[in-house]
Formats: sequence, structure tokens, C-alpha cells
Amino acid sequence: MIEQSTKSFAIQQKGPPRSSSLWLDALKRLQRQPLSILSGAIVTILILTAIFGSMLSPYDPNNIDMGNRFASPSMTHPFGTDDFGRDILSRVIVGARVSLMVGLIAVGISAIVGSFFGLLAGYTGRVIDEVIMRAMDILFAFPAILLAIAIMAALGRGVGNAMIAIGIVYIPIFARIARGSVLTVREEEFVEAARAIGSTDSRIMYKHIFPNILSPIIVEITLSLSFAILAEAALSFFGLGTQPPDPSWGRMLSEGRAYFQQSAWLAIFPGLAIMLTVLGFNLLGDGLRDALDPRLKNVK
Amino acid sequence: MVNTRYLLQRLFTTIIVVFGITFVVFMIIQLVPGDPARVTLGVAASEENVAALRERLGLNRPVWEQYFSWINGLLQGDMGNSLITGQSVSEQILQRLPATLTLAGAGLIIGLLVGLPVGILSAIKPHSPLDITASLLSQIGVSIPDFWLGILLVLLFSLTLGWLPSQGYTPFREDPVDWFMHLILPAVTVGVISGSIQTRFNRSAMLEVLHEDYVRTARAKGLTEMIVIVKHALRNALIPIITILGLQLTALLSAVVVVEVVFSWPGLGRLTLNAVLDRDYPLLQGTVFTIATLLAFVNLGTDLLYAFIDPRIEYA
Repeated sequence: MIEQSTKSFAIQQKGPPRSSSLWLDALKRLQRQPLSILSGAIVTILILTAIFGSMLSPYDPNNIDMGNRFASPSMTHPFGTDDFGRDILSRVIVGARVSLMVGLIAVGISAIVGSFFGLLAGYTGRVIDEVIMRAMDILFAFPAILLAIAIMAALGRGVGNAMIAIGIVYIPIFARIARGSVLTVREEEFVEAARAIGSTDSRIMYKHIFPNILSPIIVEITLSLSFAILAEAALSFFGLGTQPPDPSWGRMLSEGRAYFQQSAWLAIFPGLAIMLTVLGFNLLGDGLRDALDPRLKNVK
Repeated sequence: MVNTRYLLQRLFTTIIVVFGITFVVFMIIQLVPGDPARVTLGVAASEENVAALRERLGLNRPVWEQYFSWINGLLQGDMGNSLITGQSVSEQILQRLPATLTLAGAGLIIGLLVGLPVGILSAIKPHSPLDITASLLSQIGVSIPDFWLGILLVLLFSLTLGWLPSQGYTPFREDPVDWFMHLILPAVTVGVISGSIQTRFNRSAMLEVLHEDYVRTARAKGLTEMIVIVKHALRNALIPIITILGLQLTALLSAVVVVEVVFSWPGLGRLTLNAVLDRDYPLLQGTVFTIATLLAFVNLGTDLLYAFIDPRIEYA
């Protein structure tokens, strides 16, 4: 399935390395999709919240106010307060930074390492290809969250280790996508021409092939961000990711669990924040995929 | 009939993958920074206790010897003993496995019951109100954190309406009705995630088939829409649908691991998390190995089924 979709991207990119027109055309197509505009808005708000969160939050997210425990949503506390009287809106706002940071760094690890191995496997072929791709098959054999939990068991708790664990889990996806695209692109005439003028293998890989397999990788980065954010939330919910008192959406759900019956807002707002963020990245990823490969629109 | 060469090659790949799984699982304990025995017992533990645990875990032996000793145990069904309860890891896994399989099976059935008809109907009438609603709901279903969905269902159906138990498990043999009541919420949680993934993929698989020339020919021959869809489109869409079913089993098992924790479901997922929190490495290695190996063989089964349905499939 993944290989199929990557092939379709690669086929679309026949010819010499593209100028920025491919991306401009894609951007224009993206702007014509209402759902992509909506997802773009969600993602932009999330990024701005993550950057300026501390300035936007009405209260100190870790400020304990025991006289104001379990305050229901009101004008002073729009999302209510938790069992320590901390403002949930402020914690949700500051929690955006953790989610986005973990997502970006984890997916960055997966994309860089996975693409490198995929490029190497697809270009060199034979034994190296077999060894790399079988190793990827092995990593792919584990349910994602289970492998992340197992890696965290070894590395220890904490947000830094969560990034590494999630990053390792998604390496095989990028390796497969990169390899699938390379297999098509390496047969193109411009690669042959580069070889004919004596370019080294590493130059061909990075100067000629890599730019031509970027679009499926970028689409996958967007889609993987949503998975990474979900995985971080789950790990923090289990008590393995973000540690107290730092706010993270998954951690907030875990801490408030004992009080959900009396204060349902403890469950609703952090969960909604996770869902909207993941929805935003999913829709953006889908939109990007359609924009970069217009042929797919015909089957929609 | 499945191509014998394909079957053997696929079986060989699975064996390689299972062998790789043993290596990854074994490495978990090797990756622990510092001394795993000290990490397990804590800084306050005496040197004697730490040394005894090191001996018990075999950490004093060379790494390769530890690995082959562990593999040897695995081949004999011996995964060691839990550091916390002292109970055999294999026994604990066998006790918990039926609960996990029940939840995964129920979730898959719910996912199929939702994903198959909705995906197909959406493809038959693209851009209809049904299609738009189904697309929106499946997009939300894919984006919703599984543990949060479980919490919301508990809040509504257990704590507010009081219709269903919020957590726990009753074995089928003890009380089938109570078993079923306990199964509903966790199974629906897993089923919603699974159904959402299936709806999206089934719709697109069916849409692709509906654009094929043979479907146009069937329509041109004057066949009724029902026959065109059931006899021509659906039969051909079945191949990608089964592939998707196999591919989403990994996501399904991931959801099961998480949902078990939310509903205190006594399966392998909850056992794994407890092992992590207790730093019970032999138990952790046993559960992770079992789930991953199970998945490898389920994937093998799906691939063979795929090859059985479409005899053109060959090992690439």
C-alpha cells in the first residue's frame, strides 16, 4: 500500500529535478481545498500557541490554588481548574509546546534516519538493500505503541526519551517510502546522465535523487506528526512521557482520571486539544498528498 | 491455490522477522543505562541483593551467551520468572492471552461491521450526505486518542447513565452475560478506531474499482447496479480490502494495548505496562515478544489469504 502510493508520487516526478513550480502549483491546489485551509488554520494556531504559549496563558500553568480546586468553567477560568486549583486553559496552552516539540523532534529523527536508510537501500540495492529492509521489517513487526513502551522501559521515563522512542518507532515508514521512490527515480535519464558525466554515488544520491523523492517524504512527515503527538499523549497518559509538574495533554488526562466523574472538564479539554491537533495534521497531510499528486484526486 | 514458492518464501521471511524480534526484545535489557539489576531494585538496595539479581538475570555472563540462553528458553516455552511475583512469565502470558485475543477479535468485528458497509456505500455515492458524514466521522475516528475515547465512553455509559461497567473483566465460563457487558465498552473503543481506518481505505479501494473499464462495460451491458456492484466491483475490491485488513491489524493491536490499560482489562497490554512500571524485565520481554510474534504470524496468514484470493500474487 505504502509502496504503491510512493510509486505514484515518483512517477509523477519524472524528469530532471524540479524547480519551485512543483511546490507553487501544489500550494495553489492546496489553497483550493476548503479542508486544507481549515487544517492549515488549526496547525498555524497550534504553532503560534506553542511559540507564544507562556505569553498567551492567563495564569501560571503550575500555580497551585488550593482554595479554587475543581472550579467549573467560568469567565475567570474558561476551562475550569484541576485538583490543585491550576488553570486548565493555561495548562492546555502550555501543553501545546510539549506536544508539538515531541512531535517535531520525534518525526525529525524518523525522517532523517529513515530517509537515509531508504535512500541507501534503494540506490545501492542487493545485499545492503536486503539487510536494511529486513531490519525495517523487524521494527515494523511491533505495534507502534508497544515498541515505544519497550524502548522507554530501557531508556527510562521522560519527555526526551519519549522523543527518541517515538522517533525509532517510525523509522521504517520513512525508509520504505524513500526506498520505494528511489527505485523509480534511479532509473530516470537525468540520473543516468549524472552517472555518465562521472558524478559520484553520494553526489547522485543527494544532489539528484533526494530532491526528487522529497514530496512523499514531506507528506509522510505531516501525517506522522499526528501519530507522534498521539503516541506522546499515550505515553504521558501511562506516566512514561512528560513528568510532573510540566503540563502535557496526555499527562493532564492521566492526573485528572480519578476526578472525571465530578469534574468532567478535566477529561474534555486536554482530550479535545489532542484530537483537534491530530485532526489538523491529518487533514493537512491528506491535502498535501492530493496537491502534490493531483491524479489521486480523480479517485476521491 | 497458493503458489508453493510464494508460501515458502513468505514463511522464511516470517521466521527471519521472528528471529529479529527476539534480538530487539533481548536488547531491551541491554539498553538499560547502568546496571539493570540496580535499576530494578533501586538505589537503596544492598550490594548483596543487587549481585543476587544480577546472577538470577544472568547479567554476569557474556551478552551472546545471555542471548542464546534466552532463545534456548524460548524454544522450550520458558521465558523466565517475574521479578515481582516470581511466577512463570509463560504462565502469566497464557493466562492473559485469551482476554487480549477476545478484545482484539471483538474490536475487529465491530470495525468490519462499520468499515465495510460504510466504506462501500460512501464509494457508491461519492459526495453524497452519507459520504460526507462518513468521511468526517472516520477522520475524527482516526484522530481521536483511543484512551480518551475510552474515558468519554466510561463517563457517558458507566458513570452518567450507569448502563455498563466502567472496568474489569469476568471470564466467559463464570458468567457469559457479565462477560459481554464488560466487553462492550472496550470493544467499541477499539472498534471505532479500527472502523474509521477501514472506512477510509475501503472507500478508496472501492472507488478505484468503480472507475475500472470492466465496471463501465458491465454497466454498458445493461446489468442492474446491484449486480455491477456485488458481482463486478466488490469481488475485485476484496483484494485491497483484505490487504488493508492485514495492514491495520498492527494499529488494532496498538489500540488494544492502550484500551486494556484504560478499562483495567486483564490482557497482555496491561501486563506489559505493569512490567514497565515495575521494571520487571523478564515479564516485559515475554509480553513484547509474544505480541510481536503473534502479529507476525497473523500478517503471514493475511498474506497467504491474499495470495489465495488472487493467485497472481508472487513474492517480490
